Amino acid sequence: MIEIQNVRKSFGELEVLKGIDLTVQRGEVVTVIGGSGSGKSTLLTCINGLEPIDSGRITIDGTEVHAKSTNLNKLRRKVGIVFQQWNAFPHLTVLENVTLAPRKVLGMAKAEAEAIAEKQLRHVGLGDKLTTYPSRLSGGQQQRMAIARALAMSPDYMLFDEVTSALDPQLVGEVLETLKMLAEEGMTMICVTHEMGFARDVSKRVAFFHQGIMAEIGAPDQLFGDPQHPETQKFLANVR
Amino acid sequence: MFDTALTANDLVFLAKGAGITILVTAISVVIGTLLGILFGVIRVQLGPVWAAPLTFFLDIFRSVPLLIQLVLGNAFVGMVLQLQISGFTVACIVLSLYTSAYCAEIVRGGIDAVPEITRRAARSLGLTWGQDMRYIVLPLATRVALPSWIGLALGVMKDSALVYVVQVTELLKSTQILITRLQEPLFLLLICGAFYFVISFPLARFGGYLEKRWSND
Repeated sequence: MIEIQNVRKSFGELEVLKGIDLTVQRGEVVTVIGGSGSGKSTLLTCINGLEPIDSGRITIDGTEVHAKSTNLNKLRRKVGIVFQQWNAFPHLTVLENVTLAPRKVLGMAKAEAEAIAEKQLRHVGLGDKLTTYPSRLSGGQQQRMAIARALAMSPDYMLFDEVTSALDPQLVGEVLETLKMLAEEGMTMICVTHEMGFARDVSKRVAFFHQGIMAEIGAPDQLFGDPQHPETQKFLANVR
Repeated sequence: MFDTALTANDLVFLAKGAGITILVTAISVVIGTLLGILFGVIRVQLGPVWAAPLTFFLDIFRSVPLLIQLVLGNAFVGMVLQLQISGFTVACIVLSLYTSAYCAEIVRGGIDAVPEITRRAARSLGLTWGQDMRYIVLPLATRVALPSWIGLALGVMKDSALVYVVQVTELLKSTQILITRLQEPLFLLLICGAFYFVISFPLARFGGYLEKRWSND
């Protein structure tokens, strides 16, 4: 379970998270929508400790992420994250991209790591690209590789930060299909996204962020069908 | 027809000078590069403010002419530190620091060229700072920095001609000795230039080979 309690975070003068509370249960898929600069991406990087927070508390299965005693490198094995772009390690083949962390972080033998990597790459439809370098992959394939790489660590939670935003429109579908597949398999996911159709189909709950606060959260039918907060109404009217 | 007093022994003498040039260059480039990586990583990690003293120290080696560094370095070692070390050692120390100052800038530029998000992706997989540096950042930075580094190494080889001021008889000094004796400056400088070319060419080609290989990634 991921518990976020009254989290505040500023970059200099700008407060990007103004007291966020959110609890995500195991097996749940929560999507986060909202305009740019609403703080949704920052929240994800705070959850796995890539960004420090100013106040509040984030705990993952009872471990406080930002406590001094927490071993972040160990905690991050539980929490995979995929970013909008620049995910790939361009000097490594697809297979090496995926085996690096299992080998160096988990200390797995090469053959074992490769077996897991191959399985995950086949899972996301890249079974025929093992020896290819990322520069030879399309944007959508690169994102799927990044997903397989995160999955190879057998994480309990996956965070997706606008993973389709930098893609050409015709490549968005294949990545969303991969995310849907993960959701159906029961992966606990927090997805920051601009894909409203995806949010509606896949999530158990949808959160709307506006200027650093979580203005509204609810089931997709409720949030999209009957938004309560005036900013949610305005946002949804604009994206439709 | 062409006539010269140059003997086979003189050519051996020049080859020995070339050997010294290669040795001084190799030692300085290896030590200078290792120090340069260290200084470059420290500069990136500390940021401009905390690294200011180091930056200032490196700026001295980048801005003062090498000839002056060699003479003052030699005097400092002999007169202030009162150490009895050879001119060759002094030359290697000064040239190594000189190389490291330039190399630190090259390394810093290479590291800065690695996208922040790629580094975050590495850390988010649980890689430690050191693993991120070793497996992701430095290999990627090397690809960016290689052309500049090859240029630096070739430059250091040519700059090593100045170590004659600390009584090291390298290739150019050997040539000058022969010129004084044989009075055939143009011909001897031509041969000296050919020696420099033969030394440089493999390094330049090796750089080209690596660049081509990495461009397939």
